Formats: sequence, C-alpha cells, structure tokens
Amino acid sequence: MSRFLRNQGWVAGLFALLVFLFVVTKLIQPGYGSGDFGSLARAVLPYAFAVAAQTVVVIAGGIDLSVAAMMALTSVTAASMMNGASEEYALFVVPFVLAMGLVLGALNGILIVVTRVPDIVVTLAMLFVLQGAALLVLEAPGGAAAEWLKASVIGTVPIPGLPDWAGAWVPKALVLLFVCLCIVWIPLRRSRLGLSIYAIGSNELAAFRSGVPVARTRIVAYALSGLFAALGGLSLTISTGIGAPIPGPYLLASVAAVVLGGVALGGGKGGLLGPIIAVFVLRLVRTDLTLLAIDPNVTAIIEGLIMVAVVMFGAFITMRSRPAGATA
Amino acid sequence: MTDIATMPQPVSFGRRLKRFMADRPPIPLIILLIILVVILQILRPGIVNERWIANTAKFAIPLAILAGCQTMTMLTGGIDLSVGTVATMSAFIMATQIVNQDPTVAFLLAMLPAVLIGLVNGIGVGVFRVHPLIMTLGTSLIGTGFLQVYQRTVIASGAKIPGFLNWLGTGLTYGFPNALFLFVPVAVLIVFMLNRTGFGRLLYAVGDNERAARLSGVRYWQVITALYVLSSLLAGITGLLYIGLIKAPSLSLAEPLVLPSVAAAVIGGTSIFGGRGGYTGTIIGALILTVLTTLLTILQMPEGGRRILFGFIVLFVTAAYLRIVEDR
Repeated sequence: MSRFLRNQGWVAGLFALLVFLFVVTKLIQPGYGSGDFGSLARAVLPYAFAVAAQTVVVIAGGIDLSVAAMMALTSVTAASMMNGASEEYALFVVPFVLAMGLVLGALNGILIVVTRVPDIVVTLAMLFVLQGAALLVLEAPGGAAAEWLKASVIGTVPIPGLPDWAGAWVPKALVLLFVCLCIVWIPLRRSRLGLSIYAIGSNELAAFRSGVPVARTRIVAYALSGLFAALGGLSLTISTGIGAPIPGPYLLASVAAVVLGGVALGGGKGGLLGPIIAVFVLRLVRTDLTLLAIDPNVTAIIEGLIMVAVVMFGAFITMRSRPAGATA
Repeated sequence: MTDIATMPQPVSFGRRLKRFMADRPPIPLIILLIILVVILQILRPGIVNERWIANTAKFAIPLAILAGCQTMTMLTGGIDLSVGTVATMSAFIMATQIVNQDPTVAFLLAMLPAVLIGLVNGIGVGVFRVHPLIMTLGTSLIGTGFLQVYQRTVIASGAKIPGFLNWLGTGLTYGFPNALFLFVPVAVLIVFMLNRTGFGRLLYAVGDNERAARLSGVRYWQVITALYVLSSLLAGITGLLYIGLIKAPSLSLAEPLVLPSVAAAVIGGTSIFGGRGGYTGTIIGALILTVLTTLLTILQMPEGGRRILFGFIVLFVTAAYLRIVEDR
C-alpha cells in the first residue's frame, strides 16, 4: 500500500510540476495560447512514442538502446514507400510499418533469449543493424507522406457540446497519442500478459517459479517496444513529411523521461502515465527556455542539469525510504 | 570392476580444447583475430605488411584505452558513456587553448573538465546511487552543451594541433607507432592495478557482490568516485591522443568511439553485470573491431551494409564467446 502511494505520489508530483510549468509559460508569454499548445503536442508526439517503447522494456527489467534507430528505420521505410504513391496506398503502408516494428522488436527479444547475451549488448548491436538498414532504405533525408496522414496531426478535434475556446485546446496530435497508447496499454495492463511483464521485471526467478513463461514474455515486451517505436517513426514521417536515416536524440530522451517518470531502471515498477507526463515536462522546459530567449546551447546544459538533478533526487528519496544496508 | 569405474574417462578432443580455451579466455579471441587477418590477406593479397600493422595499431589504441574505461567501470557493474564527450572536450580545449597558452597550462585546462565530469559521475553513482547509464549519459549531455557554448568564445582565435600530439598520434619510431609510448604504460598500469593492487580487487569485489563488499567494510562511494575520476582522466588523455591522430578538432570528435568501446570490452569477455573480466581481453577486442572495420571497408559495401554486418558480428562474437567461457 505504501509503495502504491509512493508511486502515485511521484506521478502526482510530476503532474503538479507540469501544471506549474504551464503557469510559468503563461507568465513568460502572456500570449501563449491553444495554437502553441498544439505545436507542443506535435513536438511531443515522436518523443512520447519513444518513451512508451522504452518504458515497456524497462518495466520488463531490460533496456532497449535500439529505440532511436528503430524509429529512423520505420520512418524512412514509411517515407520511401509513400513517395509518389497514391493517398490510398498509405492505408497499406501504416499497418505494414507497424508490423515491421513489431517483428523487429520481437527479433530483439528472440536474440536476447536465444543468445543469452545481456540485453544492453544485443540492443546495441541491433542499433548498428537498424541504422545500417535505414541507410540502405534511404541514403539521404527524403521521401514523402500522404496528405491525410499529415492532416491527422494538424488542427484540433471538434468535440460536440464543447465551446469553441475549449475545443481549441484539444489538438489532434494529443488525441492521436492518447488513443494509440490507450489501445495498446490499457488492455495489456489488465491482462495476464501485462502482469507477467511486471513479474519478470520485478523478480525473474520468482516469476519463473510461479509459472510465468519468462522467455515468451520478454519477447512480447520487446515486440511491443518495437511497435511503439514504429509508431514513433511514423509520427516523425507524418510531422516532417519526410524520412531521415540518421536517428534523432530519442534514445537519451527516452531513458531520461522513463527515469523522470518514476519507472525504476531494473524493472517491475511504474507505469506509462508518469513517463508520458515527464516527456511533456521536458519539452515544456525547452519551450520556456526558448521563450526566455536563452541560447539553445545553454538550453542543452540546463536540460542535462535538470535531468541529472531529478534523477539524483529520485535516487536519494528511494535510498531514504529503504532500510539501511539494503541493496538497491 | 572397481578399477574400471575409477579410471578417468577418456575426454574427447573437442571437449578438452573447449576447456583449454575456457581456462584461458584471450586464446579464442586471438584465434579470431588471426582468422580475420587471414581473411583480409586473402581478399587483398599483400595488404598485411608492416605499414598496415602500424596503422591498425594507431587506430586501435584510442579505442583500446576508452574500452579500458568501460572495462574498469563494467567490473563494478557500471558503464561510462561520458568517455566520448570527455575525450572530445579535452581534445577541443587543448587544440584551442594551445594557441595562446603555455602547453602545460593548456594541458591542465584540458584535463579540468575530465576531472570534474568524473567527479560528478562518481558522486552521482557512488553517493546518490543513480544508475551509471543515466548518470554518465546526463553528464555527457551537459558536457556537450558546455562545449558548444565554449566553442563560440574561441571561434575567433582558431585552433591548431600541437606538434608533440601530432608526433604521438601519427609518428613512427623504427616502424612502431609512437602512440605505443603512451599505450604500453597505460595498459601495463591497468592490468597491474586490476590484478595486483587492493583497488583492483575492490573493483571486482564491488561488482561481484556489492552487499558483501559493503558488509566487509568497503567504502563503496570512495571506490566508485575514484574509479569514475580515473576513467574520465583516461578518456581525457585518449582525447589528446586522438586529436593528434585525426588532426581535425570538432564537437563530435570521439563520439563515434563510445559504442564500439563498450562492444570491445564485451567482446573481450568483461561481464556487463560486473565482477568478471579483464583488460587483456579488451585490448584484443579493440584490435578485432579495428581489423573488422578495415575488412568491411575493403569489401566496398555501402555504409548501411557495413553497419548491419558490424552489428551482427559483434552480437555473434559475444554470443559465441559466452558459450565457450561459461560452459565449464
């Protein structure tokens, strides 16, 4: 019970921080309105999917260094397939790319289970492989995205019965994000499989002895991570209109947001909500620093400092709440 | 009858060979290295000569030293991903400060960020118990930010590569690369430290069973802080060597070496979970990776294909090596 409170407390604190940051933003820039919120949601989209991808494997007690490379590969695949193709063809491209992410993610898991090489090394090797594959698909940034896909993240969702000023605060990108995450995450969380993922992350031996199919669960966790990464790659293509074979800064950002979001590296603890809020916090900090007209290079320093400070603080809290001498 | 029962069973040759290799971990690695060199010689007859060996050594040495940082931190169950940033920082500061400063002052200035980052890493990991992966990623982010800000303050004064670094990085003495003057003492020091000194033993002890080490009176945070400072210092020195080799100061000078340095340590048989491994294997791992890169370049594959092969080979070698060493 106390653990439950502590975890929820972390998420609540994070949410309070987010609200506080919104207030700060409004103070800095009194004109900050629904349009800016919409562009924030669009900027968050690929980050949020990357973080979701990382969260699933971290909960299962692993880590996935290939997230950013996977996003690059799926993004260029989607962009080059849609290049010059008809609008309807994109209806086929989207499921194809998602299936590709699922399969490649499962490959990550299978390699970890079969070779018994530590996950960090397998996903590191896969990082090179996926990066190489992305370069083979598209050597330089290019390709295209279908118009209806591009339109799916721009603008707002009209909600009947809601006044216009409130409807303007519901950007399509945000709705898309929550729908995609909920479709996968909520059934998973309530299923036996979801419980198994938490179980192998929390104590693999105990899970094995209680009859959890450890190998299969791990493969599924990595497959889901691949699926989320593919969603991230797609959202990159959709929001930029092209695909770029060089992975963006999503690996570091995903790990940072996972930790900030209260998911313990080591597994078995935390949920998806915390990391997603953490992504918004991190992006909003960046927006604020830009609004304050701070040099973007200094912004990088401040972001790094915030990340390190938060992680240290989190570790300090965890350390205090444990009996002395116990190992983390 | 009993005589026959107590007689030693004849052990098959394959099994004996496997056991022989398992007892001497570097031997299968050396065999692999020789196989790679032979393949290279077959593909391009005559390529393996004195000059090629010297050149390979020149490029393998910076990688081997950085992989030494990984080996030492991995022995305690950690990892140091800030080595690339630290090496880049010291190289860049050296190249820009030497223009107006005395070489000694420039050297001390170049080593300052290395010590600071190492200290922050060590305190974060040792005192606050932050996961080393996060901590070192965070500090490398901060370091890169500072470097970008610093770059703009020195943009007017320009940069040059000091003569002695040039000599150290690219020069030859009787056909041997001068970098060996730096590398041999460093390697001997690391091997001696790990095998013969109390500090080395503590690293193994902390990585093998942290709790047991603490209960036996090891001051965990002191060991870890000293370790990360040492690792950062080595990375800083590697940066100076590398700038002499590459001769073009840039803000991402040593970044491409980070992931291969982890791969070299893992291929060399150091466990990423701590407590097992050594530096001899790591050196051969770095040589293997360097020869492999040459091999893939000679095959004239597109860049994408090269990366894919590199990833799979790293994975395959690690898996095969684990099979040989673990199956006693």
